[in-house]
Amino acid sequence: METRKIEIPVMADCFARGEKPEYLFWVGCAGAYDDRYKKVARAFAKILVHLNVSFAVLGKEETCTGDPARRAGNEMLFQMQALQNIELFKAYEIKKVITICPHCYNTFKNEYPDLGADFEVISYIDLLNKYINEGKLKIDSEKFKNAKITYHDPCYLGRANGIYEQPRTVLKKLGGELVEMERNRSFALCCGAGGAQMFKEAEKGNKEVFLERMDDVLKVNPNIIATACPFCMTMMTDGIKYKNQEEKMRNLDVAELIAESLNL
Amino acid sequence: MTKQVVFAIALLFTIGVFAYTISRIVRFFMLTRKGFAVKQLGKRLWVTLEVAFGQTKIFRRPVIGLMHALVFWGFCVILFGSIEMVIDGLFGIEKSLSLLGGFYNFMMAAGDVFALLVAISIVVFLTRRIFLHIKRFEGIEMKKISHIDANVALSIILILMLSLMGMNAAYLKWAELAGHEVHGVYPVSQFLTGLFNGLSVNAVFNHYQVYWWTHILLIFLFANLLPYSKHFHVFMSVPNVFLSRLEPLGKLPNMENVTREVKLMMDPNAAFAAPAADAPIERFGVKDAEDVVWKSYFDALSCTECGRCTSVCPANITGKKLSPRKVMMDLRARMKEKGPLMLKNGHDYSDGKSLIRDYISEEELWACTTCNACAQECPINIDHPKLIVDMRRYLVMEEGSAPGELKAMFNNIENNGAPWQYSPEDRMVWAKDLEMNVR
Repeated sequence: METRKIEIPVMADCFARGEKPEYLFWVGCAGAYDDRYKKVARAFAKILVHLNVSFAVLGKEETCTGDPARRAGNEMLFQMQALQNIELFKAYEIKKVITICPHCYNTFKNEYPDLGADFEVISYIDLLNKYINEGKLKIDSEKFKNAKITYHDPCYLGRANGIYEQPRTVLKKLGGELVEMERNRSFALCCGAGGAQMFKEAEKGNKEVFLERMDDVLKVNPNIIATACPFCMTMMTDGIKYKNQEEKMRNLDVAELIAESLNL
Repeated sequence: MTKQVVFAIALLFTIGVFAYTISRIVRFFMLTRKGFAVKQLGKRLWVTLEVAFGQTKIFRRPVIGLMHALVFWGFCVILFGSIEMVIDGLFGIEKSLSLLGGFYNFMMAAGDVFALLVAISIVVFLTRRIFLHIKRFEGIEMKKISHIDANVALSIILILMLSLMGMNAAYLKWAELAGHEVHGVYPVSQFLTGLFNGLSVNAVFNHYQVYWWTHILLIFLFANLLPYSKHFHVFMSVPNVFLSRLEPLGKLPNMENVTREVKLMMDPNAAFAAPAADAPIERFGVKDAEDVVWKSYFDALSCTECGRCTSVCPANITGKKLSPRKVMMDLRARMKEKGPLMLKNGHDYSDGKSLIRDYISEEELWACTTCNACAQECPINIDHPKLIVDMRRYLVMEEGSAPGELKAMFNNIENNGAPWQYSPEDRMVWAKDLEMNVR
């Protein structure tokens, strides 16, 4: 199939040209630096282009939201990051922000307003859901027709913000079988990487949290684990390796599943 | 008349002791910090109806949840009868509220049925605690005294229910023998009147009185034991739900004192603005019991150590030391230890101990993933992660203490704006050579 190159618009350039994109696509540190999760950023960017969404990214001006610092107790550092980001958003007159990382989503949406932020925050899951409901995002491929997919709820979309059904609605559009783990939705077990655990070794115990979660996965034996968070992705992808399931199952982000089924 | 005098003395004594206990607890609350202001009363009322009176969160475990709900609803209904007993006792009347007619009959009938349902539930609870090894009731924080506390309270409730049914049955039998009109309907106790067959009117009346006094005096005793027991829950849980944080679970409260400092740092001009001279220097985060916001202490007093939080904690499930229940129990125990000393010796008093380390280790605090499963599970909306993060805030900002990898993560964010050590110059690498299929 023929391909075309796409350029991801950067906010500073748009501004210089006098353009004002509707959305800021907040890539997040994992989207920018984590080799596996970069693919998710790419997949989602393609979806945005496919949907003709007016967006731009901050590029080199993007920085950490401060979320892991806050959860690890470094409130000073968090607030410095937050106030810096809020200033930057104001300078670019950003009114709507799309996030792929639930941790960025949560802190933008729930915590930044305490520090004077005034912008709408949209999770990519909600955006996908909206376009599907409006009929603008049509998935008619049969790529995942025979797939057995299980969705692992990220804590910061689920319990933290009550986003349980939207990702499932999106996944059902793929046409495959959606199976639920025993612990799902508000009962879902954390992957083990939240609260800044991603950046440190776990405390002493008798099991790794992600392996406990993998046991839930193996009970339903899917061929795809759908995730919606970069940290969950790291943990579940590791889990597949630890349990020697690489032949049998893949871990894909919801955005990747959509992009793949759209053949983007 | 003697009965009235004795009753009035018992009631006054009960109220006196209770008022003393509560005034102590209020003074402990005065030691804690200001948290959020209680607003949005309508929404709070709704949450209370749903979570407290509707028992919605306890039903996350349907079977045992239903039994708890029966006990809760039973208490609400039976409270009506208890109020009547107080009025009767004070004024020497018999079944004073029967003037309410049909409503009275309904409430008495409901109370009678619930007495049996509560008793059955309590027997199940006691059996679970004594004979079955339920993992949820175990853990490092569950000492022998915790188990005794639970079993004593459950036993008192059981006796309360049995005495209530005994009282109703004796009342029915006495009314029958003495030819009195029966006030109220007693669907369960009517089958128990046979217990008093062959006794004289006076003997039955005496039985009635013994059950009556046992029931009401046990309520008085129970009310005064509760504040010293984990079963303080009975009084505190409904208000605790009413005082829930209404924000999404993912939101951590902002630290205003840090905002002031950060703004000063970012805007040197602001440094010339006079700082509030009367503002006391406040510790960052929570080191000890008095550093917590009032709501955390309320949470700790409301906790009945059911362990639902700990049973869903990913850290605890995988053998780490952290147990959200223990965090709540530790705060309560620490305040019980330090509160009286602070009231006596002033707010700056130190006994050389603190909540962190002497009660809660750093290892426990750093094991939390802030997944909020504990807070989600808690039937009365206790918020453990907020307190855990508050303690991390103290460790990091006051002591500069954190696991090495987290310090490295802080450095990375400060130096290159990402938790990992990558250059901001590489932020767009992901978008390089991005191609799309032409459709």
